[in-house]
Amino acid sequence: MLKTWEEVPFAGYILEPGNAESYRTGDWRSRQKPVINQEKCTFCLLCWIYCPDGAITRRESKVEIDYYHCKGCGICAYECPSGAIRMKSEAEEA
Amino acid sequence: MALKSLPLHEYLSSGHRLCAGCGEGVTIRQILKSFDEPPIICNATSCLEVSTTPFPYTSWRTPWIHPAFECTGAVAAGVEAAQKALIRKGRKKKWDVVLALAGDGGTYDIGLQSLSGALERGHKFVYVCYTNDAYMNTGIQRSGATPRAAWTTTSPAGKVIPGKTEWQKDLMKIVVAHDIPYAATVSPSYPMDLQRKMKKAIQADGPSFILALTPCPRGWRTPPYLTIELGRLAVQTCMFPLYEVENGQYKITMKPKRKLPVEYYLRPQGRFRHLFTPKTRHDIINAIQAYVDKKWQEIQKLEQLTQQ
Amino acid sequence: MMARKVLALNGDEAAAYAVKQCKPDVIAAYPITPQTIIVERLSDFVADGELDAEFISAESEHSALSACIGASAMGARTYTATASQGLALMYEMLFVASSFRLPIVMSVANRALNSPLNIWNDMSDTMGARDCGWIQIYNENAQEVYDFTIQSFRIAEDHRVLLPVMVCHDGFVVSHSTEGVETLSDSEVDSFLPPRTTVYPLDVENPVTIGCVGVPEYYPEIKYQQEVATKKSIQTIKEIINEFNESFGRNYDIIEKYQMDGAEVALLTIGSASGTAKDAVDEMRAEGKPVGLLKLRLFRPLPVEDLRKALSGLKAVGVIDRHISFGSMGGALNMEVRAALYEMRERPHVMGFPAGLGGRDIRVEHFIKITEELLRIAERDVLEEDYRVVGCRGPGCIGP
Repeated sequence: MLKTWEEVPFAGYILEPGNAESYRTGDWRSRQKPVINQEKCTFCLLCWIYCPDGAITRRESKVEIDYYHCKGCGICAYECPSGAIRMKSEAEEA
Repeated sequence: MALKSLPLHEYLSSGHRLCAGCGEGVTIRQILKSFDEPPIICNATSCLEVSTTPFPYTSWRTPWIHPAFECTGAVAAGVEAAQKALIRKGRKKKWDVVLALAGDGGTYDIGLQSLSGALERGHKFVYVCYTNDAYMNTGIQRSGATPRAAWTTTSPAGKVIPGKTEWQKDLMKIVVAHDIPYAATVSPSYPMDLQRKMKKAIQADGPSFILALTPCPRGWRTPPYLTIELGRLAVQTCMFPLYEVENGQYKITMKPKRKLPVEYYLRPQGRFRHLFTPKTRHDIINAIQAYVDKKWQEIQKLEQLTQQ
Repeated sequence: MMARKVLALNGDEAAAYAVKQCKPDVIAAYPITPQTIIVERLSDFVADGELDAEFISAESEHSALSACIGASAMGARTYTATASQGLALMYEMLFVASSFRLPIVMSVANRALNSPLNIWNDMSDTMGARDCGWIQIYNENAQEVYDFTIQSFRIAEDHRVLLPVMVCHDGFVVSHSTEGVETLSDSEVDSFLPPRTTVYPLDVENPVTIGCVGVPEYYPEIKYQQEVATKKSIQTIKEIINEFNESFGRNYDIIEKYQMDGAEVALLTIGSASGTAKDAVDEMRAEGKPVGLLKLRLFRPLPVEDLRKALSGLKAVGVIDRHISFGSMGGALNMEVRAALYEMRERPHVMGFPAGLGGRDIRVEHFIKITEELLRIAERDVLEEDYRVVGCRGPGCIGP
């Protein structure tokens, strides 16, 4: 249900910081998605710093793709210096 | 400094609507990682602004205000002055960094006046101009930052005129002419250089300015995965030299080991396609090379000239 | 009650003095005749340590209002001033300021718009900006400028209002004319105007996003919320004016009546012309003419109910605008008064008399001619012209 004029926040301000996180940009991917081969990964963090969407989650000693948000641009796969990330077809990885 | 030392916080959340592979997305994320605490952001109308705040969603985890297109410098000046007053009067405890964000549209052209005024008055804020070389948000129209010969919708590569006929406005020179403490160019393909420069910009005692090259797959007609590669080639061909000007002293921070011919940068981009097909326009490519060489010489000379 | 200081101040100086007492945090302004004295006095106060405020000498009016928006969003009490071309230059930002519900106060020394260049008084600047969502208050003299500048901060910052306010006075006629202005003491102003409390400031502890993309699914709701707040603000404005009257012995209202008892026709004026009109009314009453004066102080939001009450029972009303909305029916006030009265069963004839364009003097004899016209209309019970320009040589106008 969309909000009425009484319910929209004051002056159209948005009061919940970062609530866009709930929006699933992951369904923008059309054909391919990045897949990390953790054995080849050297944890250089370049993929993490080059992702336009912050869709690479950095954990203690490994990185993971956040498929809920990943748009499939392919920068991480292209830039990975150890070839640990490959773009694979969505169908293949289903 | 190493990438591992960078903070985990994401002041720009995922879920924004920037294009896949957008250079702005990478650059703004990197810029925000140079902050320990959220800055107060004044953002001009631009791709970044519209893609991060379609009501009721916002990607910003910082205080953020977007009033209009051409007044980012002025809005940031007002925010900064308010902070000064409120802290002095004891109504606010600590100083938060004021970060102005605007594209080349909102800075080189329509926003130049308000930037100049804010720099001249010496407000303490960081102004980041993220340039993708055209008014991308409205559909790729040419700006003062559009490079020579680039195709845009208002400087199309037609049968008679091959793309933009003018050279780029040298915005760094204009900014440096205001004698501010710190100005620098950055590229997201050189993340540690960017971090170092942002830290200096934040600490500057007065206005500081960062010009960030943000490749645009849509407007440059390149595949989304090439964004970082393009940001690298721009530096390696010296089309976008990485340097800083600290209290008038120039310093080149990335001297390419091997200066690549400009063709390496132009060829992968669809916006320069007309320079290569149906036949190679050596005249234009040579003119661009000569221009880039001249500018590169100039920066090197300025570096020598301003040595302390 | 302690004795109040009466100072010799012109309209601009009165505004500056009031602003000083209201203790703004940030002032961002650009000089333009005839507002320059305001910014100069404020600069003096800051330089002398009498006013603790950040004074931004903006490089244009557009930037001045933009800076005010940034400052006000931070929670600072913010002020600016302009006129004419300056107001026109900040036009797009006026809408932003009101949409953001920021309590910015702005003095406008009403001055004609180009072309031709004209530095003298008319209301084409603020009347041209009547749709922007700001509260508009018009003052007759320096005393009113002083009193209403103080009230404007209070009105703007009231949580039931939270809208920016334009407090207007006629350029040169008021801005540069010196009067004896009874000023309140600093502590009286402090007691009337408490510090600002901000609803959703730009604050790192509670980050908000201000100025999103208002997609069609939400834009009407956001704007209607603003419209409702703007209309409702009349109630709060009346309350605050009453409180001011009672605290400081004034007698202000949003529509003020002069010699209306037994009047059959009335002049409706706005701004300094009201003063001249009072003289004319006195003269005409002495001759037995049944004419009175209504002075409109609040133009936005338009006090529709109060206008209906004040004008019902009259046979004819002459509305003296100080601008022309080209290609329509004279000035905005004429058209809006007529619109307010249109659906009433019994209503007076309303004729517009745009007068005093570009600083042309509006004189007693003009009002006498206008009244003669109104009496003719009342007698014949028919209106022949929607409006006629006053103070212009040539056919079709009431000159000179």
